[in-house]
Amino acid sequence: MEVSGQHIGHGIREEEEQAISEKLPEILGEFSRERSSLLPILQRIQEAFKFLSPGAIKAVAEYLGLSGSEVYGVATFYNQFRFHPPGRHEIKICMGTACHVKGGDVILENFERRLGIKEGETTPDREYSIERVACVGCCALAPVAVVDDKVIGYMQPSKVEGLFLQFEIQRKIREGQIKTEAS
Amino acid sequence: MVKITVDGKKLETEEHLTVLEACLQNGIFIPNLCFLKTRPHPHASCRLCFVSIEGYDRPITACTERVRDGLVVKTDTPEVRALQRSAFKLLMSLHPCNAKLCPTEKPCLLMRIAKHIGVGINPKPLERINRGLPDFVDFGSLYYVPNRCVLCARCIHTCRSINKRPLLTFAKRGIMTMVAYFSSGNDSEVCSNCNACVDICPVAALLPKSAFINFLEAKETHA
Repeated sequence: MEVSGQHIGHGIREEEEQAISEKLPEILGEFSRERSSLLPILQRIQEAFKFLSPGAIKAVAEYLGLSGSEVYGVATFYNQFRFHPPGRHEIKICMGTACHVKGGDVILENFERRLGIKEGETTPDREYSIERVACVGCCALAPVAVVDDKVIGYMQPSKVEGLFLQFEIQRKIREGQIKTEAS
Repeated sequence: MVKITVDGKKLETEEHLTVLEACLQNGIFIPNLCFLKTRPHPHASCRLCFVSIEGYDRPITACTERVRDGLVVKTDTPEVRALQRSAFKLLMSLHPCNAKLCPTEKPCLLMRIAKHIGVGINPKPLERINRGLPDFVDFGSLYYVPNRCVLCARCIHTCRSINKRPLLTFAKRGIMTMVAYFSSGNDSEVCSNCNACVDICPVAALLPKSAFINFLEAKETHA
């Protein structure tokens, strides 16, 4: 039996909310206090911070005189909005018609299981985030994943492993655990 | 007073009632989930209260039509039943019935509707759809059971009419739609545990936390 909390906001650090709340008044000030400003404000916030934090949603509600739940309902309706900060590596799995037929859901499940997160979430170490997208426009290569804006066609579970091997090596180099010849 | 005819029976009802209310007041059951008298506009989202009215070329929802003199209503034509059955089966494909663990008083509203329109409580011939939602969602003072919820929005409306700033909302979209609780933390947005949403829910999709503990015990004994 699974008991879950509300699905947004976990893993967001306090200092991040703090930083967002400091910059928010300036952004909100660009907009009039009308209900019709709601979507433009949310879009502007996402542009600035890459995601909508619970604190930001509350601030928007306060600014427009709406309840937090109304803003939350609108924000979750649109796929455009995300509620988790993106990871260093952004993984997008295509779930368009062709990719769906070719087993895109298996690929998505592969990534989810490998990283222990669900689509729309980010790993606690902020290295990876998974997103499902509708179509990336290269159906002939189905199933397709887009990793850090690089399209990977004919996706297979074995390619998932290869990808992470590569990322982990990069990470170790970055953290200085592996010395490259240049250093 | 207004005179209408329902299934051949002549009824006298108050003015300004909807056909649905007029029938229910006179002991004629029309399946319905989303209707609430306190709503300024009927939600008309459950698609169960269809009736056929003379002069209309197709069945219409009884909650959106007001009574007027000489209205001739039929509640059980084949067209009406066909629409009700498909709407009901679509609901059931998202509502795995687990009568033993469900705290609703039996027969629950869904069971009564199933019996009334002459179908089983299962989704057949439709498939059962697993949306991959959690069994319980923590709403602070309540637990929400997404797989029981029929999205009638009664709780959302009720919360809205009690609190100026509603705490419940629909989140997400399409087949992933679920009720969500989000409070801005503002003083005017604190759940007062009035349990009005729990009482209005027709399918026990909202549980006060105390009832949840009883549920866990029931599950233990059934396991």
